[in-house]
Amino acid sequence: MSENSLAIRKFSDLANPTRFLALADRVLPWMAGLTILLFAVGLWLSFTTEGDYQQGETVRIMYVHVPSAWLSMMCYTVMAISALGTLVWRHPLADVSARAAAPIGASFTFLALVTGSLWGKPMWGTWWVWDARLTSVFVLFLMYLGLMALNRAMEDPARSARVSAVLVLVGFVNIPIIKFSVEWWNTLHQPASVMRLDGPTIDPEFLWPLMIMAVAFTLLFFTLHIAAMRNEIWRRRVTSLRRQAARNAGRESLAP
Amino acid sequence: MMSHAAYVIASYAVACATVAGLVFWVIGDGRARRRELKSLEAAGIRRRSAEAPGGEAQ
Repeated sequence: MSENSLAIRKFSDLANPTRFLALADRVLPWMAGLTILLFAVGLWLSFTTEGDYQQGETVRIMYVHVPSAWLSMMCYTVMAISALGTLVWRHPLADVSARAAAPIGASFTFLALVTGSLWGKPMWGTWWVWDARLTSVFVLFLMYLGLMALNRAMEDPARSARVSAVLVLVGFVNIPIIKFSVEWWNTLHQPASVMRLDGPTIDPEFLWPLMIMAVAFTLLFFTLHIAAMRNEIWRRRVTSLRRQAARNAGRESLAP
Repeated sequence: MMSHAAYVIASYAVACATVAGLVFWVIGDGRARRRELKSLEAAGIRRRSAEAPGGEAQ
């Protein structure tokens, strides 16, 4: 009970942007360092392990494709949780988090689509097919772009926060569709081989680089996300300070 | 028809470019915002909460 309330207090402490900024300053250098280290190990493994007997060298594309695809879904999940934070708890940083995550999610979704296409050409013989998995990921990419456009279209973040939060939650229906599309429909895309109930079915030779790259990408996401949240807080401060300055200037010019 | 290695190199090149673009955008955005905050502060515009703690709106 007391542990629980302590956790809640810690969480609501983070609601204070000034505290969040102090925390971000402290953790970002460590996270960035660890991300670089993991990428060094992951990339080294990606190019030193054996090729696949069927896929040959192209198996190495998987070490960037799978983590990007995973991040594209995780980022949207982070945005959906943030949207709940905006609508249910009115957490002041929730909208900052959702807004900062959108361009990062769009980038990783783009990466998943491009690398998938570059793998599909030599392995499937085509750059693109409109099967359920590829189409649903493409829809996810469009949703990221739409949310970014919406966030830019409305100048006042307080007003756009609720609208975009509702939209994020509605769009979340796409995430299970993406995940299970390979099981529900007959797709050219192969079914899951790592995140399975009965354990991974791929050879450890490929699993190791894949796992380390996945952790590296995840850490990269959180590093970028915290930094982008910090930027967003600063951006809002600049806006409110400018407004305040304009008000002061107005008052001074009215005074005799 | 490209060789397999060409597809692998192209994939890693696109990944590198995308990640580098993201990283530089986040760093650049942060620097620009920090500069703006500094110049506002230099002009004597301070946040109200800096005077009265607890009055922070966002």
